[in-house]
Amino acid sequence: MDKWFGQVHANRRVDLSVSSGTVHGIVGENGAGKTTLMNILYGFYRADRGQILIGGKPVGFRHSGDAIAAGIGMIHQHFMLVETFTVVENVMLGAEGSPLLGPAGRWARRKLAELEGEFGLQVPMDVPVGELPVGQQQRVEILKALYRGADILILDEPTSVLSPREVEGLFRILRTLAGRGKTVILITHKLAEIMAATDRVAVMRRGAVVARRRTADTTVSEIAELMVGRQIRPASRGVPVEPGRSLLDVDRVTVRDSAGVARVHDVSFSVRAGEIMGIAGVAGNGQSELLEALAGLRPVATGRILVDGEPAVSGSRDRRRRGVAHVPEDRRRSGLVMPFRACESAILGYHHDPRYGRGLRLDWPAVAGDTRARMEAFDVRPANPQRRTAELSGGNQQKLMLAREVERATKVLLVGQPTRGVDLGGVDFIHDRIRSLRDAGKAILLVSANLDEILDLSDRVMVMAGGRIMGEVPAGRAAEPDLGLLMGGVRGSDVPDRAP
Amino acid sequence: MAAVVVLDSTLRLATPLILAALAGLFSERSGIIDIGLEGKMLGAAFAAGCVAAVTGSAWVGLTAAMAASVLLALLHGYACITHRGNQVVSGLAINILVSGLTAFLAVAWFAQGGRTPQLPDAARFLSMDWPGAGVLEAVPFVGVVYGELLSGHNVIVYLTWLAVPAVALVLYRTRFGLRLRAVGENPFAVDTAGVSVAGVRYRALVCAGVLCGLAGAYLALAQSAGFLRDMTAGKGYIALAALIFGNWRPVPAVLACLLFGCLDAVSIRLQGASLPGLGEVPVQLVQALPYVLTVVLLAGFVGRGVPPKAIGVPYAKEG
Repeated sequence: MDKWFGQVHANRRVDLSVSSGTVHGIVGENGAGKTTLMNILYGFYRADRGQILIGGKPVGFRHSGDAIAAGIGMIHQHFMLVETFTVVENVMLGAEGSPLLGPAGRWARRKLAELEGEFGLQVPMDVPVGELPVGQQQRVEILKALYRGADILILDEPTSVLSPREVEGLFRILRTLAGRGKTVILITHKLAEIMAATDRVAVMRRGAVVARRRTADTTVSEIAELMVGRQIRPASRGVPVEPGRSLLDVDRVTVRDSAGVARVHDVSFSVRAGEIMGIAGVAGNGQSELLEALAGLRPVATGRILVDGEPAVSGSRDRRRRGVAHVPEDRRRSGLVMPFRACESAILGYHHDPRYGRGLRLDWPAVAGDTRARMEAFDVRPANPQRRTAELSGGNQQKLMLAREVERATKVLLVGQPTRGVDLGGVDFIHDRIRSLRDAGKAILLVSANLDEILDLSDRVMVMAGGRIMGEVPAGRAAEPDLGLLMGGVRGSDVPDRAP
Repeated sequence: MAAVVVLDSTLRLATPLILAALAGLFSERSGIIDIGLEGKMLGAAFAAGCVAAVTGSAWVGLTAAMAASVLLALLHGYACITHRGNQVVSGLAINILVSGLTAFLAVAWFAQGGRTPQLPDAARFLSMDWPGAGVLEAVPFVGVVYGELLSGHNVIVYLTWLAVPAVALVLYRTRFGLRLRAVGENPFAVDTAGVSVAGVRYRALVCAGVLCGLAGAYLALAQSAGFLRDMTAGKGYIALAALIFGNWRPVPAVLACLLFGCLDAVSIRLQGASLPGLGEVPVQLVQALPYVLTVVLLAGFVGRGVPPKAIGVPYAKEG
C-alpha cells in the first residue's frame, strides 16, 4: 500500500498481515506513518496504491461506513464521542436501526447489556459521556465498535491519556477480546506496551514496515533500534553536582481556577541550584496549574513564591526579570504561534531584548541571524528562521521553544512536558540540554506525564495527586512502586506493611 | 381585559419570532451559525407578497415563500458547508443581498415604492373564529380567553404552536435529531460513525429554510397585506437573540420569543398612554423598549449558555 500527502510519501509499500484472535502491535516513532496506515484501513483516507484483503477477499473502502460494514472498528487517539450525549446515544449514533429513537434506544440497551456481559466492559448507560473518566470513555469507544459488529479493532495510541491503572484494565480487555476471536491492532510508540500486550509486532520507520517479530522472540532494545534505525545508548545520568542554595521557594501556595475551585492546595517545597526537581502525577492533578502559577501566568490565591530569596509578584514579566524561564506544557496553545515564522516564534516574550532592535523598531536581520544561531545550537532542522512554525515537526518545534528559553534561565527553568510528541532521537537531545543546564548550577522544575522521563532526569521526585504533594521519593528506578501508590493518592503512611 | 389584549397581541407578535428561532435551532444545533435568519425571512416575505399578488392564492404564496427561503438556506450551505466559508460573513451577505434585492425588484416589478401590491383578503391568511366564540362572549373569563386568546388567529399561528412540540420531538426523539445534535457537538464522531456530516448539515438547513419561509409568509400574508420594504425590521436578529437566550433549547427559546413578543405588545399598548406621574410617554422611547430590553437581557443573563461545541467551525477531515 502507498499513500502520498502532496510531496510526502507517508506510506511506502506497506505490507502487513494480521491473523484473527491475536493482538498485533504496530510500533514506530511519530511520523512513521502508523496513523496514516490505520486511517486507510478505516476508510478515512484512500490509498493511492495497493489493496486490503479481509478473510482473503479484497475490499475497497470509499468511506468509513464501508469499513464499518466490513467489520473494522477504530478507537481513535482522540475519542470520537459526543460529550453531551449519554453512553447509549453515543453507541447507537450512526447505527440507530430505526428512524425513531424510542425503539432504537431499547434495542441498543439490550445489545449493550449483552456486550458488556460478554466482554466484561461495564459502563453506566445513562450518564453523559463527558462526565465519565477517560478510561471509561475508552470503553465506550470499544463498545461502539463492537456494537457495530466489528471483528477487527484498531486502537491508535490508546494509552496516551490513561493512568497506569487504567492501562492495565485496557490490556485485560484487549486480551479478553482476542480470546473471544476478535482481532486487535494496537498502534503505539511506547515499547513497554508492545511487550506487555501484543502477540506479534510490526515496526514502522519513515512510512515503511521495517521488521516483523513475534513479541516473545524480541526485546525492547531490539525494537527500539529498529524504530530509530540506530543503536540507542543507555540514558546517562550525568554526574550530579552538589546542590547549592535554594533558588525557588514555594511557601504554602494555593491556586484556584477561574471557577474558584482550588487546584493546588497548600503546597510548599524548594528547588536548589544544580538540581532537577521532578513532579510526577496523573495528568490533571494540579501540576499544570502549579507550573503556570510559578511562571506568573496564574494568580496565587494564598502563599508566596520566592525567587532567589525575593518574593515574586504575579505576571510572567516579573519572572523574566528575575531570571526564570518557562517552557510551557502545550507548545501549540501557549508556547509558539503556529502561523508565525520561526524567527517570530523564537523571540516571543523577549521583544525588548536590545539585540532585537531599539525603540519601536525590530531589527529583522538581527532577529533572523540570532534565530538561526539558536536553531543550529539546538539542532532544529531545517535551521531556516523564515520557515513557518507550523511547518516544523513537533520535535523541532519543541527544540525551537527550548532554544528560546534555556539561555534565559539565568536562575530557574520551569519546564512542562519537554518531550511530548518528540521522537526518540530528539528526546535524548532535549534531556542532555536540561542536564547540562542543571550542571551549570541552575534550578530546574520538571513536570511530565511521562514517568520514565521523570525518573531518568530528576534528582528528586515529588508526587502530586488531587492538588496536594503526596510525598517525595529519591530518584532512581527503585522508587517506581512507591510512585505508583502516591500517584494513586495513597500516602506512604497509609500503606500497611507490604509483603516483600 | 387589558391583560388579555396584551397576551393576545403577544401571541401574534411572537409567532414570526418563534418560527425564526426554531429555524435557527435547526441550523445552529447542527453547527452552522445562522445570522441569515433575517434575510431568509425577508426573502420569503417578498416571495409570498409577489406570488400571492399574482396568483391570488395565499397557499401558493406560502409555498413560494418556503421555496425562496430554502434556496437562500442552500446558498448559505453551499458557501459554509461545501466551501467551508465563514458562516457569519455568508449569513450577513445573505441579509444585505436580500434587503437590497427585494426592494429593487419590488420597485422594478410593481412600481409602488418598494412594496408589493395590497393583497385582497382572498390572498391572505385571515383570522379564524372558532365555533361558539360569539355565544361564549358573555361568559366571564372563559369567554375572553376562548374568544380572544384561543380563537381568532390565522392558520400560521396555529401551525406555529404545532411546530414547537414537533421540532422538539424531531430534535430529541428521532434518528435525524440525534445525528443533527451530534454534528453540532463533534462532527468527527459522526463522520467516523459512517454518516455524512455535510448531508446532515444540509438537511438541517433545509428545515431552517422551511420554518423561515413560514415566518416570512406570516409577515406578508397575515400580519400585513403584502410585502413592505425591510418589513422584518430586525426580527431575525431578535429571534437569534432569543435562541441564544434560550440556550439553544426549543422550549426556553420559545419562552424567550414570547417574552420579546410581550415587550413589543406592551410597547404598542403604551403608545399614547399617559402613565401616572410621568405624563405621556414619548412614542420613540416606547418603540425602542423591546430592543433596549433585548440588549439588557442578553448582556445580563447570557454568558452561562453552552453553545453547540462545533458551532461556526467548518468541518474538514484533515482538521
